[in-house]
Amino acid sequence: MEALTSLIHGFGVLGDPMNIVYMFVGIFLGVLIGVLPGLGGANGVAILLPLTFSMSPVSAIIMLSSIYWGALFGGAITSVLFNIPGEPWSVATTFDGYPMAQQGRAGEALTAAFTGSFFGAFVATLLLTFLAPVIARFALNFGPAEFFAVYLLTFCSFVGMGKESPFKVISAMMLGFALAAVGLDTVTGQLRMTFGSAELLRGFDFLVAVIGLFGVGEILLTMEEGLAFKGRSAKINLRVVLHTWKELPRLWLTALRGSIVGCWMGITPGGATPASFMSYGLAKRFSRNGARFGKGEIEGVLAPETAAHAAGTSALLPMLTLGIPGSPTAAVLLGGLLIWGLQPGPLLFVEQKDFVWGLIASIYLGNIAGLIVVLTTVPLFASILRIPFSIIAPIILVVCAVGAYTVHNALLDISVMLIFGVLGYLFKKLGYPLAPLVLALVLGDMAESSFRQAMLLSRGSLSIFWANPLVAILVTLALAMLFWPLISFVTERFGRKRPQMVPGQ
Amino acid sequence: MAHTGEGSEHTVSNRTMELVVAGGFIAASILVMYDNWRIGARWVEDGPQAGYFPFYIGLIMFIASATTFGLGVMAGPDHTNFVERAQLKQVLQVLLPTVAFVVLIGLLGIYVSTTIFILFFMTWLGKYPIYKAAPIAVLVPLFLFVMFEIWFLVPLPKGPLETALGY
Repeated sequence: MEALTSLIHGFGVLGDPMNIVYMFVGIFLGVLIGVLPGLGGANGVAILLPLTFSMSPVSAIIMLSSIYWGALFGGAITSVLFNIPGEPWSVATTFDGYPMAQQGRAGEALTAAFTGSFFGAFVATLLLTFLAPVIARFALNFGPAEFFAVYLLTFCSFVGMGKESPFKVISAMMLGFALAAVGLDTVTGQLRMTFGSAELLRGFDFLVAVIGLFGVGEILLTMEEGLAFKGRSAKINLRVVLHTWKELPRLWLTALRGSIVGCWMGITPGGATPASFMSYGLAKRFSRNGARFGKGEIEGVLAPETAAHAAGTSALLPMLTLGIPGSPTAAVLLGGLLIWGLQPGPLLFVEQKDFVWGLIASIYLGNIAGLIVVLTTVPLFASILRIPFSIIAPIILVVCAVGAYTVHNALLDISVMLIFGVLGYLFKKLGYPLAPLVLALVLGDMAESSFRQAMLLSRGSLSIFWANPLVAILVTLALAMLFWPLISFVTERFGRKRPQMVPGQ
Repeated sequence: MAHTGEGSEHTVSNRTMELVVAGGFIAASILVMYDNWRIGARWVEDGPQAGYFPFYIGLIMFIASATTFGLGVMAGPDHTNFVERAQLKQVLQVLLPTVAFVVLIGLLGIYVSTTIFILFFMTWLGKYPIYKAAPIAVLVPLFLFVMFEIWFLVPLPKGPLETALGY
């Protein structure tokens, strides 16, 4: 198998001991980020990104992706011990994790969560290893029209699959596109929407936006809830771990189902959060103990964690092969690639073999390292959470300010971050989704240039988007996604009157 | 603005905030459309002009946010509460010092501002005695300094104090 030889080559890249050190540093920082409120995968990676400018791209991506794995693991700790989801994707973990902790089974719950995470990530990494090169080779033939169609599908999926109002999804997304367009137009050299300001020439950097929206916004939301951390103590030792591991193989079907749901939601931009809820819901429906869910059932911890971690990992698949990230954190990693001078997309697999396979190999090792780190350091991180919020909050805000500044060494960016923070707070409260905004901000320029190139090829005719079967299928799927809320609204209306008309699958 | 029957906890209704934010989106979309129409949003001999793509982005944003606005208007009176007064107070207790912190960074550099910010936050909001807050307020910027200026060689904003110390 070609993928296998490439993978072995990738492990060779990891032979550099410094890369292993970066991996552990990344995992540790990631768990810390996952545990602290206001710092999450996306903005944590965004803040640390400037620190990696001086590293080699391979070391940098290994450290940054390890932060991401760490954050995915870390979210479970707060969910189980404190009933506070450290990350949105661990909300579903609180349903059964916290009751288990209350019954004194915190160790079991954590072991199940971590092992589930590991399993989900492992399945997703296998998928990445074998599917990514195939997709990349396929995508090599893509022209601008095909790329734009894929972008369109990505963005329309947010409308079709989001649970927010479709109009709000579109508004937030368009705001992202508009902000991405600010500054110098690279094709014509004209200034767009700078309104005579030299500071706006640079445009809006999505890293600053991410730090503001997810970091500052989250702190403001946390403050509103007036957090008082009252946690359960965690006793996790080898006996508990081994005992739980003996139990887990019984639940292989739940874990596998969670992984599949997660992989699917990660590749399509559904993301880890809906994946975790969906997996929890499916496990509840199919489990023999379904009725006991919510009262401390180990399956209820395993299911969402497996899906969340599988989704988080498989979000890298479209990011690497097509240059389209499946989650905000993957978007930040993509921004990193661009800064290091790597163009994500199918050519990456041809031109940067070392980089791609080094990264994929590091995901395998990173998750093993992550499992070891979290299993051994739970008490440490739990004690960090007992530090009062009035000490943690100013430190996090300082870190956010530092992160925003270092992106471009621009003081104005700190103020921009603050404005995005307030926007993030308002948007969260009013149900405007943040993920499409961030993705549009990252992909805006690329989506626009592929649109322009496609339009140039067709001399301004939209017919190019139906010119061949592939692009036609993509665009039609995208439009179906876009109008999905409308379609489901109509079928619901008429379905109630005439139930025999319902099937529309 | 207080509706009767909601008590003193009432600030603004969810609907009002919906309308304000949707209105903001509409204003932004008009700005986007205006500026891109100005630089040219049409198709010319050599292809689309610079404002072509963003203009339509603005147009879609206008339609979507106007719909949200319209739905909000039609929803009728709303007695829900966007944020309780006590909650708003807590949010502002974080937000306003942070604004001051950002302004201070421009004047004093990030290290001195961080010390002041943490001291203020811990003593005022956290009600910590000064001898407990001071070590953290000094150690955090010191750690940042070592990490950024020495370890990673990334310069952070500096002020008069750092200049006096020779940085």
